[in-house]
Amino acid sequence: MPALPPGVPVPDDGALPAWVRPAAHVSDRPFGVYVHVPFCSVRCGYCDFNTYTAAELGGGANQAAYAGTALREVTLAGRVLADAGRAPAAVSTVFFGGGTPTMLPAHDLARVLDGVRDTWGLADGAEVTTEANPDSVTPESLRVLADAGFTRVSFGMQSAVPHVLATLERTHDPARIPDVVRWARDAGLDVSLDLIYGTPGESLADWRTSVEAALATGVDHVSAYALVVEPGTKMAAQVRRGEVTLPDEDDQAAKYELADDLLTAAGLRWYEVSNWSRPGHECRHNVGYWRGHDWWGVGPGAHSYVSADDDGAHPAGVRWWNVKHPRAYATRLEAGQSPGAGRELLTAAEAHLERVMLGVRLREGLDLGVLTPSGRTSVAGLVARGLLDGPAAVGAGDRPARAVLTRRGRLLADAVVRDLTS
Amino acid sequence: MPIPGPTLTARIQPNATAPELIRNFCIIAHIDHGKSTLADRMLQLTGVVEARAMRAQYLDRMDIERERGITIKSQAVRMPWELDGTPHALNMIDTPGHVDFTYEVSRSLAACEGAVLLVDAAQGIEAQTLANLYLAMENDLEIIPVLNKIDLPAAQPEKYAEELANLVGGDPDDVLKVSGKTGAGVEALLDRIVERVPAPVGDADAPARAMIFDSVYDTYRGVVTYVRVVDGNLNPRERITMMSTRASHELLEIGVISPEPNPTKGLGVGEVGYLITGVKDVRQSKVGDTVTNLAKPATDALGGYSDPKPMVFSGLYPVDGSDYPDLRDALDKLKLNDAALNYEPETSVALGFGFRVGFLGLLHLEIVRERLEREFNLDLISTAPNVIYDVTLEDGTEVKVTNPSEFPGGKIKEVREPVVKATILTPSEFVGTVMGLCNERRGVQLGMDYLSEDRVELRYTLPLAEIVFDFFDQLKSRTRGYASLDYEPSGEQTADLVKVDILLQGEQVDAFSAIVHREKAYDYGVLMTGKLKEIIPRQQFEVPIQAAIGARVIARETIRAMRKDVLAKCYGGDISRKRKLLEKQKEGKKRMKNIGSVEVPKDAFIAALSSDSAPAKDKKK
Repeated sequence: MPALPPGVPVPDDGALPAWVRPAAHVSDRPFGVYVHVPFCSVRCGYCDFNTYTAAELGGGANQAAYAGTALREVTLAGRVLADAGRAPAAVSTVFFGGGTPTMLPAHDLARVLDGVRDTWGLADGAEVTTEANPDSVTPESLRVLADAGFTRVSFGMQSAVPHVLATLERTHDPARIPDVVRWARDAGLDVSLDLIYGTPGESLADWRTSVEAALATGVDHVSAYALVVEPGTKMAAQVRRGEVTLPDEDDQAAKYELADDLLTAAGLRWYEVSNWSRPGHECRHNVGYWRGHDWWGVGPGAHSYVSADDDGAHPAGVRWWNVKHPRAYATRLEAGQSPGAGRELLTAAEAHLERVMLGVRLREGLDLGVLTPSGRTSVAGLVARGLLDGPAAVGAGDRPARAVLTRRGRLLADAVVRDLTS
Repeated sequence: MPIPGPTLTARIQPNATAPELIRNFCIIAHIDHGKSTLADRMLQLTGVVEARAMRAQYLDRMDIERERGITIKSQAVRMPWELDGTPHALNMIDTPGHVDFTYEVSRSLAACEGAVLLVDAAQGIEAQTLANLYLAMENDLEIIPVLNKIDLPAAQPEKYAEELANLVGGDPDDVLKVSGKTGAGVEALLDRIVERVPAPVGDADAPARAMIFDSVYDTYRGVVTYVRVVDGNLNPRERITMMSTRASHELLEIGVISPEPNPTKGLGVGEVGYLITGVKDVRQSKVGDTVTNLAKPATDALGGYSDPKPMVFSGLYPVDGSDYPDLRDALDKLKLNDAALNYEPETSVALGFGFRVGFLGLLHLEIVRERLEREFNLDLISTAPNVIYDVTLEDGTEVKVTNPSEFPGGKIKEVREPVVKATILTPSEFVGTVMGLCNERRGVQLGMDYLSEDRVELRYTLPLAEIVFDFFDQLKSRTRGYASLDYEPSGEQTADLVKVDILLQGEQVDAFSAIVHREKAYDYGVLMTGKLKEIIPRQQFEVPIQAAIGARVIARETIRAMRKDVLAKCYGGDISRKRKLLEKQKEGKKRMKNIGSVEVPKDAFIAALSSDSAPAKDKKK
């Protein structure tokens, strides 16, 4: 799992820095809540997320007690934001991720959602998503979630090809995917499927099979991620020992382009580098990250972010992260302390880099007015090299000039960001 | 009675020894043929160093070096030896062992009347030993052939005695057999030196003339100059003159080494010792120069002096451009102790600010580079070594080219390159292989001799540029390490040479330009474009790499455009990590060199310059 960033300490009461003040323009901006559920039935060889199997945990950190522990943090969050005058008018999006949130009984997830609602209220039409393993849901559990206020479920499908799933150490039966999608839709939930491309041994034809299988379910949203082998994972060790060979970047690029072709043809258009949906079915919670909105992350290892007024005199925002281990997390909260392990106070330059790096990933692109003068000079070259859309970069009428990635630009987004922030 | 008693010793005091009691000799040997062990054994037997104190003595000497702050390499050690009731002073003069330093070797030999030709009884003679032997014979030195390591099970003394007898003339039975390790035969060798090596001859009443055969810079004492007195004598506190520069200095100290420096009242005809004048730069005390007395100067200098002439050039650049002033200071300091080192600032589009440095040869290049990196803590990039070219343009203009990228582009009438006479010794089974290699490298055979039944001496004229490339490595690998090589400059020849430029997206990369024979231009082009394709990272656009002679492209590779450079996932918990990654990448961008719009990591230049095209690692010493 990734190490937490280096940072400065978080005060015991979790109080935000004094320069985070009430601000008129932020109170009506969307506010998201992320709830991390750090449990899985097995640990997949490629996964570096902060997650644990039941056997690895005991005591107050166990699954049965988890909802209660998470609710303690929700209560703390309500107090901290209120003290800073930054309590949101209502929560616009809630996202349960993991791990495998559906390892918890549906009514536990519902209890945590109730806590969020009790603390800040849910906005009208709020989006409430949970990730789910196709193995860990039933028609009944999905109906409980829908009844509790969940609106969306994102299944970790990864692939439709058995040998690919075996390499990823995914235990679900791919034949189950159409069923779980149907159950979720029957329960009134919006559905997304997550896919992974570039698994060792996966052919272009295998990948086509997976994308087509996902589309055949009729879902409105697909996320497709290139497999990244993070250091410290089992797969990283296999690669190091030469047991598996990673596909090269050309293979990954070809698979991205194939997915983009197939998804677009089926009516799902890209709205972020790795996300496609039918119009109106975008994941608003994730869009909040890319637009730089505020969010509170609940759970071990979860990150949170609160922006500040960009007055130049203070940092531009504060991001913090909780202790990683569920037991340490539970212990802190039981003692009435913030579970925050560290935080960073973003300088204007850091905030700018983040804004460009996140904003440019979206189909709506980035207002060129945001860029520094030297960053703006690289726009023409990026358009010339086919990485930014020409007409968008020029703007027209009341449409301001924006940096919008072309398809080739999406595949080279990091290079584009380096140029735009040079 | 090897060690003379007190009465006899009185007759061989420095500055008071009759020339007929002096014997000046050197040992010619290949690096691992046991020269130092034999020398140590001689120091013991002559009582200069006590046998049981040998090790401790050695350490003491290091202490003395520290206390007195003087670095004494045993350039010339004076040893007493008695034969048939007569005392003698033996001066053992060290010779640098490498082909790069042939001139220094020749000056050391000129300080002697005899040479011990020391050869490993298990390996036979090596090319470089042979070359130094010929040099000694040209200097009319008395050669005493000796086989060492006769205690080794693999020794074949009969076989190699015959080889040596063939080389120096004489009877195989005349070849002495010794073991530096056990001491066997070493007394007989010392006796033989006294018997065979002629005593020095000089005019004690003539104006002083002493030849400098080495000079070493010492941090505390300044330059320590080693001399052999030919005529007259030198005494402390008199003023001396260097005859080539006319510079004069006061003799602060004069003495002999035995084995520590021993100040004396002077040095007389035939004697060997050291001088200290307080000068700080070895250039003021040049090897080969003649020292005379300022008040009573000699009219004619001793012959054989010449200025060191660089044969091989390479660009030296700091990896970190801000180290340039440090590199300059370091070269200035090294120069104090290395009369052959010369350099001029130059600028490269690819590598920034650096120096074009001239060296005596590849080993010299390596020594200097290593000292700069080790002693001065510099991180350096060196361009592929090249030789000097003399170019005549059609309008008659003459141009000297020391940097390939400065090779003139206009109408060229003629290009001349330096050539060397190379001697290669090889087991006879590899004769065909070696001839093949020499032919590939544009060699012209001069002769071939069997030294013994299974050992052959091949003589070739070869362009120095070919040797500078990777000849020695190839020779070693194709003969399983058995062949040895020596060479000496032998003028120049005209040749069909062209400059091959390497272009990245149409922009010339000056550091990779090379002057090669027209027939090899294609091979060089293919090699370099292929190598650069491997090490330059993909860019946002396709990058052609071309090798060209003038405007004509002779080889081409393409670095395909980068297709993917994006992290697939970027959600709440990824943002800090992702931002830091981008910050790091942006920092890395600063360490890139831009050739046109192509970003090339500095490491790529180092990699491209270091592997195949690097100086042939010359293991000889």
